[in-house]
Amino acid sequence: MTTLKERKGAQQESSNPKLERSARRRESWRGFFHAAPAYVYLTVFFTLPLLIVFVFSFASRSRTGRPELEGWNLDSWARLGEPLVRTIVVRSFTMAIFNTLLCLLIAYPFAYWIATRARQSTRTLLLVAVLIPFWSNFLVRTYAWRMLLDSDGYITQIGEFTGLWGRMLFTAPAVFIGLVYGYLPFMVLPLYAALERMDWSLVEAGRDLFASGPKAFRKITLPLSKPGIIAGSILVFIPSLGAYVTPDILGGAKTTLLGNYIVTQFGSARNWPFGSALSGAILFVMLLATVAYFRTGGRTV
Amino acid sequence: MTLHQGAVARPWVERILAINGWFVFAFLYLPIMVVVVFSFSGSSNVGIWGGFSLRWYDQMLGNQQLMNALKNSIVIALWSTVIATVLGTAAALSLDRYRRWVGRGAFDGLLYLPIIIPDVTMAVMLLLWFTQTGLVPLGRTSITLAHIAFNISFVAIVVRARLAHMDPEMEDAAADLYAGRWQAFRRVTLPLILPGVLGGALLALTLSLDDVVITSFVQGPGATTLPVYVFGLIRRSVTPEINAVSTFMIAISMVLVLGSLGFQRRSEKDD
Amino acid sequence: MTDSIAAVSLHGVTKRFGEDVVAVDDVDLEIRDGEFFSLLGPSGCGKTTTLRMIAGLEFPTDGSIEIYGEEMGISPPNKRPVNTVFQSYALFPHMNVEDNIGFGLRMQKIDPAEIRTKVGEAIELVQMTGMEKRRPNALSGGQQQRVALARALVNRPKVLLLDEPLGALDLKLRQTMQLELKDIQSEVGISFVYVTHDQEEALTMSDRIAVMNEGRMEQVGRSEDIYDSPGSLFVAGFVGDMCFLTAEVVEAGAVRLSGGEIVRARTSDAAGTSVTLALRPEMLHLYAEASEAPSGRNAVKGSIARSVFNGGTMFYEVDIGAGGSFDVRVENKPSMRRWDMGDSVVVDFHPEAATALAQ
Repeated sequence: MTTLKERKGAQQESSNPKLERSARRRESWRGFFHAAPAYVYLTVFFTLPLLIVFVFSFASRSRTGRPELEGWNLDSWARLGEPLVRTIVVRSFTMAIFNTLLCLLIAYPFAYWIATRARQSTRTLLLVAVLIPFWSNFLVRTYAWRMLLDSDGYITQIGEFTGLWGRMLFTAPAVFIGLVYGYLPFMVLPLYAALERMDWSLVEAGRDLFASGPKAFRKITLPLSKPGIIAGSILVFIPSLGAYVTPDILGGAKTTLLGNYIVTQFGSARNWPFGSALSGAILFVMLLATVAYFRTGGRTV
Repeated sequence: MTLHQGAVARPWVERILAINGWFVFAFLYLPIMVVVVFSFSGSSNVGIWGGFSLRWYDQMLGNQQLMNALKNSIVIALWSTVIATVLGTAAALSLDRYRRWVGRGAFDGLLYLPIIIPDVTMAVMLLLWFTQTGLVPLGRTSITLAHIAFNISFVAIVVRARLAHMDPEMEDAAADLYAGRWQAFRRVTLPLILPGVLGGALLALTLSLDDVVITSFVQGPGATTLPVYVFGLIRRSVTPEINAVSTFMIAISMVLVLGSLGFQRRSEKDD
Repeated sequence: MTDSIAAVSLHGVTKRFGEDVVAVDDVDLEIRDGEFFSLLGPSGCGKTTTLRMIAGLEFPTDGSIEIYGEEMGISPPNKRPVNTVFQSYALFPHMNVEDNIGFGLRMQKIDPAEIRTKVGEAIELVQMTGMEKRRPNALSGGQQQRVALARALVNRPKVLLLDEPLGALDLKLRQTMQLELKDIQSEVGISFVYVTHDQEEALTMSDRIAVMNEGRMEQVGRSEDIYDSPGSLFVAGFVGDMCFLTAEVVEAGAVRLSGGEIVRARTSDAAGTSVTLALRPEMLHLYAEASEAPSGRNAVKGSIARSVFNGGTMFYEVDIGAGGSFDVRVENKPSMRRWDMGDSVVVDFHPEAATALAQ
């Protein structure tokens, strides 16, 4: 909004060749002011907490487990090398990587199938059918598997009837099923977005040139959907690396993942500095993954 | 719209795709449906059908703690949604409409971080902030503040996508037709991005109603939310009452998702 | 200054984007009251930027813009007595035709009853009666264009700015709209500043044209002058068909072609300067013998190297040896003589039809 005063000022200095620069400066102030509330908010409630976590990872631990702002040391970071921590880290990464791969394996043909339905209305309907469980409460969806996998749950009954498996609750397979179930939609949506936007006439041209369908898929469809693959993989990998609810409900003592381990540090283990160091490490991995994402040029989510 | 030949797979490939498709849908829906169906079972044994009954809903409504948690959830969700929608929309405008300002690049990055950071990490960060600064006691306020922190980013990303679709000549035209900045925003920009703003708000509402991890870190005595309360119940034992609460929560999500699709529909019609 | 005040005048206007992009480079321009003025040039020549600076949607890096004698400075678009018809029309999709047209008046807080009357008149002016309640997406391209025009005109701007308004329409519709726009302009009597890359369109509609290239004004003048006597090689090549021959100035009013033939032409350069001779194909005539050609004009001997039938016209390429070749266009009439490949001919043209341009 231009005030009357501004307008008068503008007319007086009208022959000044620096006018455009002042107009531009005013524009950039406007941009800043629009962002300012969110900027300040995120600085206070995101950037500052981030720094606090970093600082506290060097603090020493008081009797209550809270950090003491003296006796700065590297103990918490050094503990990341302990065998127990290493086991948990390896387990978490394995779980997250396998979860990402399995989600990709299931979601790609699924998204492809939806995206290649001939009628727009069919595509929309199928997409809505994916969105409903996606928007349903994560906790509730995880809880459903607790019911199914418990001793008298249907999946367990089927397993016992066929003799193929027993009660899976509180074991690694249960956590794995829960993670796939929880994060599959995160993979489907970006893949669908990438495939739906695709120019299929390019594939036609490819069929024309390469003749074979599989080759056209490998040379054209796959590279073109790469942004979707990368975005989906990040959206699945990062939360499953920090997963807490799923292993907590479906897993047991032997399936502790990084997320649970961090929470434990702030609860029963009473070691906040160590918990901070673990959070810091996860954050670091996340930043690396994100940077890698932008490096590969995939900006479209 | 007809599809290009390039998208049509061979019959056997098509059959495999379809089988996989229906399998995935079954995978997505059957577990939820089991919960919903058994919420209407009269049996107090979770996995056994005991005839149709609403007794667990009755019990749910009579559970004072649960109702308190629900009330907290609604209040927190509404406040955090309103505030995050205003801040997030302004942030999206600043990034999309103003190309050059000091700190824009840093802000762009900062805005995306809360989306990709794992819940646990953000929970730890906010817990340390609240306990160490001591400015805000842990309770409803701290939960709301935490929810705003992650919701701003989600609103901004949705609104920004909508802004990117908008013809920038619309605002030029409004200015050319004697609209001041506020009038141009109120009469042209806002109506055109409204589906995005509402969609972002619904997403924020859903995320706030869903959050377990961050809330459980920054909650205070006597001020918990519905999902955190239910999480506590599940950890202790599985009861049919949880089925009823879960069904109730699924119903809320469905209303929200259908609402957001309605907005999207409307926006597509305008384009 | 002339006795009547200029509608729009630009003095030394320069627009830079960033450090090295100069979109508009030191432009001086005067657009007269009530004229149909076109800014013509290839895409990226700065014509749209110039228009946007007049509208106030961009501000000049240097120089000044006056509208009816009033310095604009950095006053925003909503404070300027001009309105714009945008390239994409920019009709508000959430408002119907009537509300779109009345938008500017509502923003100026004009009495609702008066708005209704004015909007009604504007709708009539652009022949959109009966479509008041339609949304823009329910209109055809041509109809959207009319609404955009009415929406701008209803505000009675002192100058109307049009940014390639017919670019999105198909050829037939474009030709109809060209005539309609011209009619509307003479009816409302205000200055139109029209941006286009279509030289034919500019010639058809404009009183005067400014040809722009790479941010600079190449030539400003009446349509006929731009066509008949292009002021630069760029204008000659951009506006209309032209055939070019390399030559050298012999003396004022005469040049020597590369093959040695001396022809009379319009020159402005000193003797000895290398120039390009520009000729309109339709200004050239063909004869079998030099004696058949009217005297007092130029006659160059050559032979037919190519002939193309174009419907209404015949196109010939006449080889004149070392001098190069002429492009000649002849209207198809029953009396017209048809030439065959290899026929010896004499190319005849008036000295005024040949312009020698510095290279």
